[in-house]
Amino acid sequence: MTPRSIMVDGNEAVAMVAHRCSEVIALYPITPSSSMGELCDDWAAKGKANLWGAVPEIMEMQSEGGAIGAVHGALQAGTLATTFTASQGLLLMIPNLYKIAGELTAFCMHVAARTVATHALSIFGDHSDVMAVRQCGLGLLCSSSVQEAHDFALIGLSASLRTRVPFLHFFDGFRTSHEIGGLLPLSDEDMLSMLPAEDLAAHRERALTPDRPVLRGSAQNPDTFFQAREACNPFYLSCPSAVQQCFDELATRTGRQYRLFDYAGHPQAERVIVLMGSGGETAEEAALHLSRQGQRVGVVRVRLFRPFDSAAMLAALPRSTKVIAVLDRTKEPGAVGEPLFQDVLTVLAEDGQTDAPRFSVMPRVVGGRYGLSSKEFTPGMVMSVFAELAQPRPRSRFTVGIVDDVTGLSLPWQEVDIEDREVSRAVFYGLGSDGTVGANKNSIKILGEEGGRYAQGYFVYDSKKAGAVTVSHLRFGLKPIRAPYLVQGADFVGIHQFPFVDRFDPLKRARPGATLLINSPHGPQGTWDRLPLELQSEIIGLGVKLFVIDAYAVAAEAGVGRRINTVMQTCWFAISGVLPAEEAITRIKAAIDKTYGKRGAQVLASNHRAVDNALAALQQVEVPAAPTTTRRRPAPVSHEAPDLVQRVLGMMLGNNGDLLPVSAFPVDGTWPTGTARWEKRNLAQEIPSWDAALCIQCNKCAMVCPHAAIRIKAFPSSMARVLPEGTPTLPYKGRELNDHRYIVQVAPEDCTGCTICVEVCPAKDKGNPRHKALDMVPQAPIREREIERFEGFLELPELEDPSIKLDLRTAQLMQPLFEFSGACAGCGETPYIKLLTQLVGDHLLIANATGCSSIYGGNLPTTPYTTNRDGRGPAWSNSLFEDNAEFGLGMRLAVDHLSAVALQQVEALAPRLAPLLGEETMRGLLAPPQKDRVEIAAQRRRVQALRAALAGIEGDVSKRLSHLADYLVQKSVWMIGGDGWAYDIGYGGLDHVLSTGRDINVLVLDTEVYSNTGGQQSKATPRGASARFAVAGKATAKKDLGLMMMAYGSIYVARIAFGAKDAQTVKALQEAESFPGPAIVIAYSHCVAHGYDLAHGLEQQKVAVETGYWPLYRYDPRRLEQGEAPMQLDSAPPKGDVGRFMRAESRFRVAEAIDPERFRLALGQAQEDVATRWALYQALAGAPAQRSLTDAPVPERSR
Amino acid sequence: MDLSTTYLGLRLAHPLIVGASPMVDDLDQVRRLEGAGAAAIVMRSLFEEQINREVEAAASHSLAHDDSYAEALSYLPDPVGTLVESRAWFDQLRAVRKAVKIPVIASLNGTTAHGWVKHAREMEEAGADALELNIYLLSTRAEDDAAHIEDRVVEVAEAVLAQVKIPVAVKLSPFYSSLPNLVRRLGQRGVSGVVLFNRFLQPDIDVEALEVTPTLRLSDSGELLLRLRWLAILHGREPVQLALSGGVHTPVDAVKGLMAGADVLQVVSALLKNGPEHLGILYEGLVSWMREHEYESLDQLRGSMSLLRCPDPEAFERANYMRVLHTWRPGR
Repeated sequence: MTPRSIMVDGNEAVAMVAHRCSEVIALYPITPSSSMGELCDDWAAKGKANLWGAVPEIMEMQSEGGAIGAVHGALQAGTLATTFTASQGLLLMIPNLYKIAGELTAFCMHVAARTVATHALSIFGDHSDVMAVRQCGLGLLCSSSVQEAHDFALIGLSASLRTRVPFLHFFDGFRTSHEIGGLLPLSDEDMLSMLPAEDLAAHRERALTPDRPVLRGSAQNPDTFFQAREACNPFYLSCPSAVQQCFDELATRTGRQYRLFDYAGHPQAERVIVLMGSGGETAEEAALHLSRQGQRVGVVRVRLFRPFDSAAMLAALPRSTKVIAVLDRTKEPGAVGEPLFQDVLTVLAEDGQTDAPRFSVMPRVVGGRYGLSSKEFTPGMVMSVFAELAQPRPRSRFTVGIVDDVTGLSLPWQEVDIEDREVSRAVFYGLGSDGTVGANKNSIKILGEEGGRYAQGYFVYDSKKAGAVTVSHLRFGLKPIRAPYLVQGADFVGIHQFPFVDRFDPLKRARPGATLLINSPHGPQGTWDRLPLELQSEIIGLGVKLFVIDAYAVAAEAGVGRRINTVMQTCWFAISGVLPAEEAITRIKAAIDKTYGKRGAQVLASNHRAVDNALAALQQVEVPAAPTTTRRRPAPVSHEAPDLVQRVLGMMLGNNGDLLPVSAFPVDGTWPTGTARWEKRNLAQEIPSWDAALCIQCNKCAMVCPHAAIRIKAFPSSMARVLPEGTPTLPYKGRELNDHRYIVQVAPEDCTGCTICVEVCPAKDKGNPRHKALDMVPQAPIREREIERFEGFLELPELEDPSIKLDLRTAQLMQPLFEFSGACAGCGETPYIKLLTQLVGDHLLIANATGCSSIYGGNLPTTPYTTNRDGRGPAWSNSLFEDNAEFGLGMRLAVDHLSAVALQQVEALAPRLAPLLGEETMRGLLAPPQKDRVEIAAQRRRVQALRAALAGIEGDVSKRLSHLADYLVQKSVWMIGGDGWAYDIGYGGLDHVLSTGRDINVLVLDTEVYSNTGGQQSKATPRGASARFAVAGKATAKKDLGLMMMAYGSIYVARIAFGAKDAQTVKALQEAESFPGPAIVIAYSHCVAHGYDLAHGLEQQKVAVETGYWPLYRYDPRRLEQGEAPMQLDSAPPKGDVGRFMRAESRFRVAEAIDPERFRLALGQAQEDVATRWALYQALAGAPAQRSLTDAPVPERSR
Repeated sequence: MDLSTTYLGLRLAHPLIVGASPMVDDLDQVRRLEGAGAAAIVMRSLFEEQINREVEAAASHSLAHDDSYAEALSYLPDPVGTLVESRAWFDQLRAVRKAVKIPVIASLNGTTAHGWVKHAREMEEAGADALELNIYLLSTRAEDDAAHIEDRVVEVAEAVLAQVKIPVAVKLSPFYSSLPNLVRRLGQRGVSGVVLFNRFLQPDIDVEALEVTPTLRLSDSGELLLRLRWLAILHGREPVQLALSGGVHTPVDAVKGLMAGADVLQVVSALLKNGPEHLGILYEGLVSWMREHEYESLDQLRGSMSLLRCPDPEAFERANYMRVLHTWRPGR
């Protein structure tokens, strides 16, 4: 805030307090709270002590439910304990929160408030999670900025120790948790003074200890429970004044004064907004702006929401108040109004019932919703609320920030720029991989910590993982900055990737006269010529100064590869003049030293070179007086796309999703599949090019492609005519098809350039082995040609003959029904899913646990699951992280039930159907579930005939059967999720579901770490690997989930690794599918969290299998029928040193770097693990069959 | 018999030392080598590429994914200051230094005069008694002339010399147009010794996979001959000590090496084949041979068959080539 401040984000501001004030911290990762726990874990690993000189105990648990359980125990046993969470995580804690509160336990937890998933998941911020626990009995303390989050983290614990009411301190997820702002840190003395020793001693006195035993957690009966429950009342009644006391003490020490309800605005305000959270900053800024213009408006910001202090709230409202809008950042469908609104209304109504009311005429109170899922809340929106309050009859319920054209609730608003002109504002559009965000974080530190400026940074990220776009919003100035909303009226816009000029409007957030800097390889004139008409016109219209630099050339020359961040950062400093040029360069270099210092002198020197060379390459563009092009910005999606894709998804893709009205959306979160194909992202600089003459038709390239961007078809020779002339094809080699041709085709705009297909290609040119059947070549020169060829490829017929037996090779001739996902380039998970859709996609239901696979599988705008020409394909849903197995089982139960009902109805109608359909068809319809593709195809034909027959049969049964007839065809249910789900949070459910004996299948995409939330350890994390919450390397071995499931004896279990043995992968998935009971397949998935170039993912998988790190097997209980051991080992005995595998990955090397001796021990143990596991598996594989399938569950009662 | 000698300023009990090898990775082996009588021990090389690649790999893999995605602003805990391989190497140097009393010579392998040479100073600080600089410079570009290549060798040596106070030896390949000139230039810059020769990792070809596979075979006595020639040529010419590396497997090999002019004999392959104790056998064999042949001192033996002193100097020069050709007859 002042030049003495440090620049941190809200999460760090909170963690700085929580770590120092805690003795036990129990954790579970969930966005956006995860980094609080990670920081504490990092600090603990480095030996950073709390206020009392001891390092807190940090424990990652298996779920949030587990974390709060551990916290409950730690509190009961007399320590100061905390946890961090958000959203569903907080909801999982509810039962324990009741307990902790009921036992009047001194405790403060910290919540980065996040949307609770409803029609969709959202990782972003609102108060729906906190509002779902408001009834638990915790004090709810709301902070609204980085500094407040820091201060309130202490206030919460301080007040709790004094009052015994446990506290939940919350702040807005992302907007506060991830905003970087200035912080004046509290000193240890500040904290100790607020946590008096006697309060701490009293907390310890209440500890459970056998030295002075007591009993807690009793069960009570109707005679006593009620009275006992009321016994806590005095504690709640005195709580608000204790909180105010804490606020006052903090003010004495720091000068920062907070109140339970803070009022700002006109002293005689008539129109008042009441709200809490970061929106309060915006509302206050706008109210002060208006009141300076003489408008009688004000804002009451709620700091302490529970216990709600009516008197304090009334006192905060000016007596002149006539009308109040209460804004809630949550939605409670069906309620009279949202929670804060109801509280305010109740307080005012009760005030009117007292003898000496504060208001002789009760102000009118209206309620509005704003800001769900981090929807922007801007001064313009605040003003529209005040404007509404000025109406004679303001709407009693409204929303603000969206256009509701369905129920008409939304207020109209216009963006208004009320920010101080002296605040310098900048927006940067970059890619995750180019380092834009990192450089901007450095700029904030440079200016905020050393440059004597107030500074703020907020970063908006992509929903796609490969080629992710980042938008950085920065503010700097000589006065304090509030403005918790995205930058409008930017003085500076940086476009760090040239293709963005065609993807969205980069000047949307620019003010007239702003400066635009574009990273372009085309030079000043060439760049101007290539800008679309819209952008040229805007540049001219707004009088924008335009600069260009070929940052990639500067970066390459300096040796920093494609990290253009320091180049662009240097140019920004130079052009914007926020600091004198020389000072800026010195400080940038110092910041580079600080950020990259650990990465070695080489990296530092290259980055310094990039800074030194940047300015010489910067060029200003002479902007002509009129546009010189007629080329318009291409539409975000093709005009051939379906209406919904163009109208709704296209808007989202063009960064205009905010403009979509309510009516544009499905009411229940249901979306069509197959939309990813309309989003052409052109991420790859180089794509594979096929040399047909060398190809041996092994189909491995298509098998390993994570994005289904390289495709194979075998098609009747006569159909070659649909391909553009010159498209290479080959005679098909396989025996299963005559007179067919073969083609390998790249989807040029969908490839991410990961090179895995080229790595796996075994077909070398004998005269020049460097050249293979697939080589990477620059995309741009062949893009148009390959687009045409890919279109032609899609026109080719799909192989429909179900009698073709699917194996490694033929499976790749099947259409993948999972394509172009947003997964990382080189992802090790998606090839399994894609393969699954090739094997069973047309009759597949997927229950998908939250995680990477639900994000690349279901994050809007576009999604990858798609349909075949008959319109069939995977039906997909994500329920939660923890319940996926149960969710999938529910699907199975439903499908089984509906099949049974359909069968019953066929039986019931048999006398009338048989004459129409014939005996054979009837027998087929009533036969047990189909076992393979041939039987499924036959049944589909029978069902078609059945439907035709039913059309002629009157009556309810006939009608019902025609609805259910498709259930006569086999449906496959697969549960897909990562190791965080299967090994940890969902394990209990998974275990139960697998034990039921029902025909369900589980695919565990095992990356051995929580990938989606940034690499926290799971129980699948191997011994010795460094991960979040196990920085120095995990101490214990990976849980052997497969072995645990084998213990049932009746479950099909397989362990696979497609990069090591693709044929086994295909076989295992097929066997799991055909197994008439529960099956689980554990799939090794290489991941960016392993820390190496994923182009080598397949090689690493091979080494993993060779060294016995990841043995391959299939455990098939059906083999007992043949008198064979169910266990078959599919990999050779471990060979060589497992360190060969481990040392190739950064996750292990980081652990080795931290503590080499400890790592050496872990490596030794890992080698022993390999030997022990192999011996055990071998024993299982050799075990004589002494059991029979009768160990499988007794069949369900027949219906 | 007193076989004591000095090499790189170090007082050695005799001229048989252990050359750079993976044997130093295991402290038990190191102790066994000392027990077997090794006069000094050279560490396995720390490679420039090893250092640089590790730095770059760690940086690029983690940086490539940082700050890209809202739920995971990074995927791995922060890398720590020292890198694994170089740190492990230095830890081992310290451990070896602590485990034995004999001199320990550090070994650094690189081809440029850039940042990595600072590791030379770290080696000195970690207790290395001397430094062996292995310059493995293989030009594949037609633009590089011979002088340029030799300049680079000198430049790298100078960069390393600037970092340390301990004596530095340079390990060379045999492929220089004028080895005597290069050795002179190195000596003039302050290099204390040269090691003849490094043995390249040779590329082999996998004819099935159509891949090039680097291989390293252990040496045999046959490799001695190349060394003998150059030792003999260089001995006594420049104030630079000579170490023989490659081909000493038997006591007679050792005798030959000393006679050609080596100050010390580095042994590796023979020890890898026969175990650390083989060093004792070589020593005993050398002493016996000298006794049997009534040599009184090492000085008497050393360089006795060098170009300067041997009865038949042209045998080491081109004339030798002619003679061998003339005596060779194709078999029938």
